[in-house]
Amino acid sequence: MSATGPPGDARPATAAGDVRVRGAGAAGDARPGGGVRVRVLGAVRRVVCLVALPALLVLLWWAVSGSSFYLPGPAAVGRAFAETWFSARLLDDVLPSVGRLLAGYALAALLGVGLGVPIGSSPRLRATLEPVLEFFRAVPPPVLVPLIMLLAGIDTPMKVLVIVSGCVWPILLNTVEGVRALDEVLADTCRMYGISGMSRLRWFVLRGASPQIMTGLRQALSIGIILMVISEMFASSSGLGFTIVLFQRQFQIAEMWSGILLLGLLGLGLSLLFRRLERWVLAWYHGSGAARA
Amino acid sequence: MTRADGSWSRLGHGAAGLGGLLLLMEAVPRLGLVDERFLPPASRILATLAGELATPGLWIALGQTMRGWAAGLALAFGAAVVTGVVIGVVPGLRALTSSTVEFLRPIPSVALVPLATLLFGPSLGSTLMLVVYAAFWQVLIQVLYGVAAVDPVASDTARSYGLSAWSRIRRLVWPTALPYVMTGLRLAAAVAFILAVTAELVIGSPGLGAQIQVAQSSGAVPTVYALIVLAGLVGIAVNAAVRLLERRVLAWHPAVRSEVPA
Repeated sequence: MSATGPPGDARPATAAGDVRVRGAGAAGDARPGGGVRVRVLGAVRRVVCLVALPALLVLLWWAVSGSSFYLPGPAAVGRAFAETWFSARLLDDVLPSVGRLLAGYALAALLGVGLGVPIGSSPRLRATLEPVLEFFRAVPPPVLVPLIMLLAGIDTPMKVLVIVSGCVWPILLNTVEGVRALDEVLADTCRMYGISGMSRLRWFVLRGASPQIMTGLRQALSIGIILMVISEMFASSSGLGFTIVLFQRQFQIAEMWSGILLLGLLGLGLSLLFRRLERWVLAWYHGSGAARA
Repeated sequence: MTRADGSWSRLGHGAAGLGGLLLLMEAVPRLGLVDERFLPPASRILATLAGELATPGLWIALGQTMRGWAAGLALAFGAAVVTGVVIGVVPGLRALTSSTVEFLRPIPSVALVPLATLLFGPSLGSTLMLVVYAAFWQVLIQVLYGVAAVDPVASDTARSYGLSAWSRIRRLVWPTALPYVMTGLRLAAAVAFILAVTAELVIGSPGLGAQIQVAQSSGAVPTVYALIVLAGLVGIAVNAAVRLLERRVLAWHPAVRSEVPA
């Protein structure tokens, strides 16, 4: 009797459950024969769900704003947003920031997965490196900013390095964990069928560890955004983080809020992209019901 | 091989790994591969750390950091669990709130740095604001995942047996969600520590981060390293404490029970 996969025994039931879990947003288009009316109604309901609460919150914001100097109304922030960010700043500050973030993130992902697979596969290597890795992961990444400034100056390489140095640990440790926890029965099966080398790596190791790897990547993404902003707050004359702090120092409150809004939109956009990626990579996993283990 | 043997050899390997790192950190500056002014040898870093640990100022700073961390984490955790269970259990609420949650969650909490600076200045308030914001979403998302992971068959069974809403939450939703909640707590504890230090570093709230900032701007490089090492050690302690808690709380769960120490 295996203790590893309790939920794996009820495929049809969990496949239905999966629709239900995700159903909140996507139930409408799951039925091909539902007819136009049902589909339109579903679409209307989705739109209402999507906008109702945000609209309420904006109304609330509009109602309470004006009572405080620090909270300008939605209209003022909206105007500031358009004036501030749909200008040369988009090219000078926003895009370079995002570029650095993506570069650092991609490097960290390569490094993390590349190192994580060998470390995870070898118990001895893992035992040797685990305390060191745990230590590096436990160091709050922002404290490395003063240090990396010392070593790498204050230009783009420093900022990318800061992002890599923070993002790599969650990816690395989650990859190690995922590779370690690979299904032993599947490992034996691979051995039995003589699957080895690249195809073992691609179809068994990376596949099997992918839920964990994606978890690591998701954690790393939010750390990456934090570090992108922080690295620019320290010593910089451009970039999103620098600009927002500049607004704050000059008491341009509406502009500052618009910067916060922009960071939020950026975070939202990246996390939506990431969700797409995750759904694509983990389609097999969510479908199998193993997600609950 | 008995369990004790296994953990001893593990410990030996781990010690070897740490020793290797220390040796490397000692050798690189001594051999002149990196300028000693930028990377002091490990022995000097550790000596500086020991010297710092003998001063009361460091302990006060550490206490301030931990206070901000603990208070922020507790606030965020309580609020997130209640919010998450309510959103997850009341039908329709999840669909209504998801767009708002999805919008607010990815806002990096450091975006609030300017706002916190304006509202609270360099004080505990700024730290709390950043910590609570960052930790709240980590827990909330996991609670939502956990509540959504309730087996539909079990849920229907509970319903057809006429369990009340409260006992469904207590006996079905909560045990299912608990592993997720603990994961959320673990993630949130780490993020909260990062944000506590960040607030001190960037805004200047009193604590470990502010000490690092002071040491850096006064050019005391070994102190910077020593404080970073200390921050790492505290981070490890934080992780270990939460993991211990997780293990205790989830001792009944198959994933914990089947885990045999290698």
